[in-house]
Amino acid sequence: MNYFLTDDQKMIRDLAAQIAREKIAPIAADFDESGEFPWEVVKTLAQADLYRVFIPTEYDGLGGGVFEMCLVVEELSRACGGISLCYAASALGTIPIILYGSEEQKKKYLPKLAAGEIVAAFGLTEAGAGSDAAGIKTTAKPDGDSYVINGTKQWITNGGEASIYTVIALTDPARGVRGSSAILVEKDHPGFTFGKKENKMGIRASATRELVFQDCRVPKSNILGKEGMGFLVAMRTLDQSRPGVASQALGIAQGALDKAVEYSRERRQFGKPISAFQGMQFMLADMATQVEAARALTYAAAKSIDAGEKDVSRMSAMAKVFASDTAMKVTTDAVQVLGGYGYMKEYPVEKMMRDAKITQIYEGTNQIQREVIGLGLIKESARARK
Amino acid sequence: MKIFVCIKQVPDTTNVRINPETNTLVREGVQSIINPFDVYAIEEAVRLKEKHGGTVTVITMGPPQASEALRECISLGADSVYLVSDRAFAGADTLATAYALSCAIRHLGGAEVILMGRQAIDGDTGQVGPGVAENLDISHVTDIRKIEEVTDGRIVVERLLEEGYARIAARLPVVLTVVKEINTPRLPSLKGKLAAKKAEVPVLKASDIGADVQRLGLNGSPTQVMKIFTPPKPGGGKKFTGEPAQTVGELLSELTAAGITIRKR
Amino acid sequence: MDPIRVIVQSCVGCNLCFKACSYGAITMDGPVGAREGKPTAVIDLQKCTLCGACVEACKRYKAIVITRTTFKGQDVKAYSGICVYAEHRLGKLASVVPEIVGAARELQKELSAPVTAILVGNGVRTYTQELLELGVDEIWMIDNPDIGDFDEDVHAELVAQILMEKKPEIFLGGGTVVGRSLLPRVAAKILTGLTADCTELSIDPSTMLLRQTRPAFGGNIMATILTQNHRPQMATVRHKVMKPAAKVENPQGKVVELSHIPVPKTRLEFLEFVEEKTSTVNLVEADVIVSGGRGIKDPKNFALIEKLALATGGAVGASRAAVDAGWIQYSHQVGQTGKTVKPKVYIACGISGAIQHLAGMKGSDMIVAINSDPNAPIFDVAHYGIVGDLFQVIPELVKRLENGA
Repeated sequence: MNYFLTDDQKMIRDLAAQIAREKIAPIAADFDESGEFPWEVVKTLAQADLYRVFIPTEYDGLGGGVFEMCLVVEELSRACGGISLCYAASALGTIPIILYGSEEQKKKYLPKLAAGEIVAAFGLTEAGAGSDAAGIKTTAKPDGDSYVINGTKQWITNGGEASIYTVIALTDPARGVRGSSAILVEKDHPGFTFGKKENKMGIRASATRELVFQDCRVPKSNILGKEGMGFLVAMRTLDQSRPGVASQALGIAQGALDKAVEYSRERRQFGKPISAFQGMQFMLADMATQVEAARALTYAAAKSIDAGEKDVSRMSAMAKVFASDTAMKVTTDAVQVLGGYGYMKEYPVEKMMRDAKITQIYEGTNQIQREVIGLGLIKESARARK
Repeated sequence: MKIFVCIKQVPDTTNVRINPETNTLVREGVQSIINPFDVYAIEEAVRLKEKHGGTVTVITMGPPQASEALRECISLGADSVYLVSDRAFAGADTLATAYALSCAIRHLGGAEVILMGRQAIDGDTGQVGPGVAENLDISHVTDIRKIEEVTDGRIVVERLLEEGYARIAARLPVVLTVVKEINTPRLPSLKGKLAAKKAEVPVLKASDIGADVQRLGLNGSPTQVMKIFTPPKPGGGKKFTGEPAQTVGELLSELTAAGITIRKR
Repeated sequence: MDPIRVIVQSCVGCNLCFKACSYGAITMDGPVGAREGKPTAVIDLQKCTLCGACVEACKRYKAIVITRTTFKGQDVKAYSGICVYAEHRLGKLASVVPEIVGAARELQKELSAPVTAILVGNGVRTYTQELLELGVDEIWMIDNPDIGDFDEDVHAELVAQILMEKKPEIFLGGGTVVGRSLLPRVAAKILTGLTADCTELSIDPSTMLLRQTRPAFGGNIMATILTQNHRPQMATVRHKVMKPAAKVENPQGKVVELSHIPVPKTRLEFLEFVEEKTSTVNLVEADVIVSGGRGIKDPKNFALIEKLALATGGAVGASRAAVDAGWIQYSHQVGQTGKTVKPKVYIACGISGAIQHLAGMKGSDMIVAINSDPNAPIFDVAHYGIVGDLFQVIPELVKRLENGA
């Protein structure tokens, strides 16, 4: 389907697709096995200027928006949903700085992030605060001209590899959510260490670690925005990054669909390719239609954000929920299409199914997304009836 | 350091097919690409610039469409490009091509290092590099697999030979033709592609480069193609189909019957 | 005047020239010519290489004319004889030399002229006996301690001087690294024509010119080239294609030392030669080669190829697809841009048989192909083929060979 991309958007997409094909696809299976962080891919993406895509031109970026970022994530995820996170999760960690950073903070970090010299990460989730993000316990006690951070963040993507972290912590625990702040912490800062690397079901080429803060003292100038704005920073950041997760799911789904269609033409049973059977054609048709619908929703959400639409939460949530559910269904169906071969690690689709699952869980579980959508509908109806 | 790269735009011969009716090459759908060996030369040039400072200029002798290939070079890191193009160059063999290119290089002020790929995948001659060097009266070394260092006007290179490699030092300026072992070319960058889109490709005509028109094009070519034909298609031999145990057995009996043994003695 | 013209009044717009052009230089959008309503051919001079395929295609109507002229060449009548470059490396004559001498002696049958050799270096007189035994009539030698290892500056100048003094009408070199670097420089010094990588050489009986035939476009087409007005007519000859010269029982040739030619200064410095042994037998010299292609699917599966190579005592080769995918080094690549091989037996496993690959191995005495695709082009050149899964066929073959088949 034609989404009427501009020449520049096509250029970005095609370059990402070339890197996915030539540099990521050949190593995907090995990195899934070893769980190694793909620094070589970071280097390639950096040298191709892809990290610049969503960063403003004043800071050495190319001035693109969420949509351009999504085009890159989708193409990279087609080759590997895990390796693509070295890009997508860094985008998540960069967005808070773009939205709320001071001039000084932007000048300090954005050019390096644009050049892909360093990657970023975002730390909100804790052991006791997942969907209930308000339940975070990490504190950042004001002390003179510093904050002293104590606590542990859990399951942080790019944890241990990123150089710069946006951490949401309570500067005023008494005020609960309204007492939270977003604070920048650099890797290797005294008092900041990492937990072990998690051993995951999928997206194994991405690094997931705990962030451990023990009397970690950072200058007050590291705060993004003002004290009390923590949650605002987090929610606005996630609104913008959510189409990114949708794109990751979309890319995984598309990759699985491509493999399923190709296989159905090669595999012969009962004297013909299995693609000759209507049952197979119907299955593939449903998969393709869902992927296209997911794409349309994701692109629309991303473009709305870039156009400056005020209320993007619902669109963003719909895109994420639909794309991730589609990815799970399409990858499962792809395994089914490949049959016994689909179940074997020698073939790429079982990995895609394992990779797809997380997209229904992180950056707001699909249950939370549905709640957002549902509550939004009800509120809207209530307003209209008045 | 002033670095020049000579490239050629060629049809992608890996994807070329023969039309079975006319016995000629099918050109539709065959893309024009930068000669793959030249891409390695561009990468090496950019690396030299990154290490020693200077400029990378890419030139090519070709028809107007070759400017597309030059634009691609900008996205790969070239600083400036020139298209050497003129009806007078038509029908040039390698001698005439090398002459035209060296006139252009001289006109542009010469260079310390001139790089190009070992051969073009359409002509496959590998003759233009040595010809350019001779015309410019500078030394050349072919089949370079590594540039070890450049210091004080002296370059040390590794040249790939059949049984190994030779380490050779040359005084600059020098022409080097490179093989694929030399590096892994980078992918184009977005900034490079944006620059390439906007870039002007200046054209140098025969009169611009002070060339003796007698030495150009067909007239400047001692070798001329008299005939082009497709190689005859050989007939096939015996094919065995079935279970491996059976087909391997059949193959081995056939070979033995033919008096051929493939078992290691 | 343009070197190639369409005579509009003679052109009937039949399209044959358009179909014959390998360079996309012809379009059928000229003014109407000899036939009503039919646009005539238009030739884009920028794309035309003056190969003459269209002239050939238009032999019925003769509507395309090429005017071949060249800048003034040497005095053709003053040149005679067939000379070869006696390349030497690592203490012996290069293995291509007997092949080019063989080719020269074949040409000698038509030209009735002496076969000579240029031998330049330090201590090279040790090779003279071998050259004379190959049937060389006269060796033009410069044996001088001031000459070091092969050096483009020194050797090109010396060879050019010898050629200009001795005036052979033909000069052949091997299509080796040295040959392909040396001869172009010599040709540019002398201002004569050089054709690279010839697979066929013959004398045109009417013109007595050297017909130089070579592959182009990655081996997809063959081109025959003539050097009409310049001398010597130079060519490099592809290794492992021509038959080596038969040894001569009582060699009658002589050695002429050209010590009056001074050794020029050089801008190059030979530092050292580093030999690189490969674990399996040298590819170009091997009797048996087992090659893997895209059908191998994975770099670790190359172990299968190595196993078969070991069982046959052969060398490991690869198609370009396998090398480009990074599964094996370029030094193992067989094909147009890799090595040309001529083993007794060539076993192609999982190789489709693209023309570029065939160009490098179709001269093999016996070709065996193993491929799961019964329509793979490799079966067209293979003497024997097994249609099957190489992951099953190769182990079976290895098993049988190891058990003494």
